[in-house]
Amino acid sequence: MHELGITQSIVEIALRTAAGQQAKKIHSVTLEIGSLAGVVAEALEFCYEACSKDSLLEGSRLIIEAVPAKARCRDCALDYPLTDLLACCPACDSASGDLICGEELRIKEMEID
Amino acid sequence: MCIDCGCGPADHEHHHVENEVLRKTISVEEDILSKNNRLAAGNRVLFAKLGIFTLNLVSSPGSGKTTLLEKTLVDLKSEINFAVLEGDQQTTNDADRIAATGTPAHQINTGAGCHLDAHMVGHGIEYFDLNAVQMLMIENVGNLVCPASFDLGEDFKVSLLSVTEGEDKPLKYPQMFRASEIMLINKIDLLPHVRFDVAKCREYAERVHPGIKIFEVSCYTGEGLEVWYAWLKEKVAAKG
Repeated sequence: MHELGITQSIVEIALRTAAGQQAKKIHSVTLEIGSLAGVVAEALEFCYEACSKDSLLEGSRLIIEAVPAKARCRDCALDYPLTDLLACCPACDSASGDLICGEELRIKEMEID
Repeated sequence: MCIDCGCGPADHEHHHVENEVLRKTISVEEDILSKNNRLAAGNRVLFAKLGIFTLNLVSSPGSGKTTLLEKTLVDLKSEINFAVLEGDQQTTNDADRIAATGTPAHQINTGAGCHLDAHMVGHGIEYFDLNAVQMLMIENVGNLVCPASFDLGEDFKVSLLSVTEGEDKPLKYPQMFRASEIMLINKIDLLPHVRFDVAKCREYAERVHPGIKIFEVSCYTGEGLEVWYAWLKEKVAAKG
């Protein structure tokens, strides 16, 4: 359940950012979560509701944008989508791809007033 | 009915429309793990300054992390000054086992937590005289999932897999094995008694992490440990 710790970090960053902007209300928080980031969106949503209670975040919407993983083949330099860490290059079948994206765990933006 | 919000009579005041205008989207672009990563970077700078080679040991519960440490500490303590941080949800059993070898050890209890983080490590090392330490071993909470995401400031992660587990662990928990510099296959003295395909295990690990170093060891008989020791000594010398 490390989603709880991750959600606490989200709440901390969101509240700090909101305070810096003198926000009166936070309407939504948008995350970018890579498909290989190792967190489960449903668990994040569950924790978010609990962690946002009694703060500016209470009642706000958590929007999760999934970032599909991509790799670059070390042998033929093709960029290809990685459905899991074991996918091979569709062009040359090489298993040695370097991850380009897919491990994101980022707060992208917030809607405030 | 109000066409703006779908509620109430058509002529009610649109104060929430005004609120909509006040709403603004601000860009945050901050890594959620940034606090942990910042603290980990701080730990890493400290370890570099003091020349402390640091490993983050990860595995499922029961793979033999503590036994590997006990054996390593006893066999190398005349050559390397160790300190050990032990992570478990509860009890000081592991730190007690390490302390019995004569090595400074501190237990971190994570309570409900499933992994160590950089903050816990930063405070954990306050219990040691770091100037006297050449190598810090951090035994993470037994868990092949969560510890993969949390940098502690270590030089390398080392994952341990015992032959009483499935050889497909690297496929099932690819994140962890991809993040590890070394995979130790432990308890090889039990190979005649269990159905564990070492070649397949190696192949799976290589698929998840091309180039991963794999050592086959038995912490019970000592078989294979000399390769592990040689690697440790080389790294400690390079860092010091």
